[in-house]
Amino acid sequence: MGATRAEVEAAATRAFREEWGRVVATLIRLTGDWDLAEECAQEAYGLAVDRWRRDGVPRSPGAWLTTVARNRALDRLRRSRNEAAKYEEIVVASLNPGPSDGDPSGRDQSGSEPYEGTDSGIADERLRLIFTCCHPALSMEAQVALTLRTLAGLTTVEIARAFVVPPETMAKRLVRAKNKIRNAGIPYQVPPGHLLPERTVAVLGVLYLLFNEGYSATGGADMVRQGLCAEAVRLARLLAELMTDEPEALGLLSLMLLHDARRAGRLDSAGDMVPLEDQDRALWDSDAIAEGCAVLDAALRQRRPGPYQVQAAIAACHATAPTATATDWAEIASLYKRLTEMVPSPVVELNRAVAVAMAEGPDAGLQFVERLERAGKLAGYHLLPATRADLLRRAGRLDEAQAAYREALALVGTDAERRYLLRRLGETMPT
Amino acid sequence: MQYLLLICNDESGFASLSPEERSAMTAEYEVFGNAMGSRGVLRGGERLRPTSDATTVQVRDGKVLTADGPFAETKEQIGGYFVVECKDLDEAIDVASQIPGARDGTIEVRPIWPM
Repeated sequence: MGATRAEVEAAATRAFREEWGRVVATLIRLTGDWDLAEECAQEAYGLAVDRWRRDGVPRSPGAWLTTVARNRALDRLRRSRNEAAKYEEIVVASLNPGPSDGDPSGRDQSGSEPYEGTDSGIADERLRLIFTCCHPALSMEAQVALTLRTLAGLTTVEIARAFVVPPETMAKRLVRAKNKIRNAGIPYQVPPGHLLPERTVAVLGVLYLLFNEGYSATGGADMVRQGLCAEAVRLARLLAELMTDEPEALGLLSLMLLHDARRAGRLDSAGDMVPLEDQDRALWDSDAIAEGCAVLDAALRQRRPGPYQVQAAIAACHATAPTATATDWAEIASLYKRLTEMVPSPVVELNRAVAVAMAEGPDAGLQFVERLERAGKLAGYHLLPATRADLLRRAGRLDEAQAAYREALALVGTDAERRYLLRRLGETMPT
Repeated sequence: MQYLLLICNDESGFASLSPEERSAMTAEYEVFGNAMGSRGVLRGGERLRPTSDATTVQVRDGKVLTADGPFAETKEQIGGYFVVECKDLDEAIDVASQIPGARDGTIEVRPIWPM
């Protein structure tokens, strides 16, 4: 009994998206060798296309892939004279499952075999992998690249393209990261309890950075790089599933879903940025909004608020307002106040200024903006003069608005945002 | 795994301490040393004299060149070190974080590379 080529390819594609991280994580756990893990996973996938066409798609593709990859790895270790000791170690370990280190759920079953497609225990492998990829001893760019390569299964070329660097640069970055893990002794584990809170913040930060890279480019013509957003959402979903008692993981997922829901309305047909108040809300993804709100509710029920939950609540205010004028700006302003208390940051203060201006009028917002400018913390950040320009324009102070728009134009990064500022600048000119 | 923990701080800070403050710091380092000693992670460690007492040596074209001062002019300088034996980097980081100098300076954690 075989399967059509199309069926096999569809199943393989699905398996690739869903199982890659699991297979790689299990192999790393087993062999301690990241390169070997990736290579054997790659070989298993290659084999899958042939075998599944001949024998049909297995009931549990993940278990099939893991078993084949594992056998490949054991094969290579056995044949390499240097690694004979490691081969022995793995065989012995797999016959005697021991207690796991640093695994909070206690469900680790990586020592037991065979893998029969049960999810319990195997999911933990990816948790180990995420935390190791996002270890603070790795540079931020290394964390992001490693997460995308090993968890999301993006190729080096794909990651290079997403971050606008040459493939050789990205390849070197990945090699350096894996070397650092090995040479500096970064442990392959979920951090122990006392480190978990700060390490979880680090992981969430990497995923959020990933999402933002996809959501707004820092240079060049395109503001939205859809692929990275989808990967970030997928990883956030995984993290929320794996860390059920971490409400901030749910908060992050909610935030991403609510932002992503607005994607279709962000750019017009010319590729220009459409400000939030002008977006066609019919283009927003109402299913994503519903899911985002449901996830946020689940987070808030745990009664442990945090910055991602607050940001998600702000996004929910926007997403659930039927029209721009119906937006509850007073609520948003108060949420931003909450956020500045949790994460004091000039960018958050700036966003608060915008909300205050919407709730109480441009003059109220300008006070906040001017305070920020006196503090000098956002020098070089185009949204500071851009915000001041908008508020001055709305307050009818057009000459000052013009000067501020020009200041912003000198600092802006993307073409879409530049066109937006030019349009606004035009609106302040005498006709 | 063995790690070298380099204690880097701004020497002018230490120089401006009063005698009482200096002995308080020495006492803190003793506490650290005892704690890590009983934990079994310490393999060595010393305080270093300031960079004003340092000498650099280079050999170029067969000539020995000697000069006064540290090898690099940086704001923070190495004031001491510990050698530790730890299970992994996380343990080394934990040990490093308890070094009194970590509070206002920087600890560099470098894996030792056996030859």
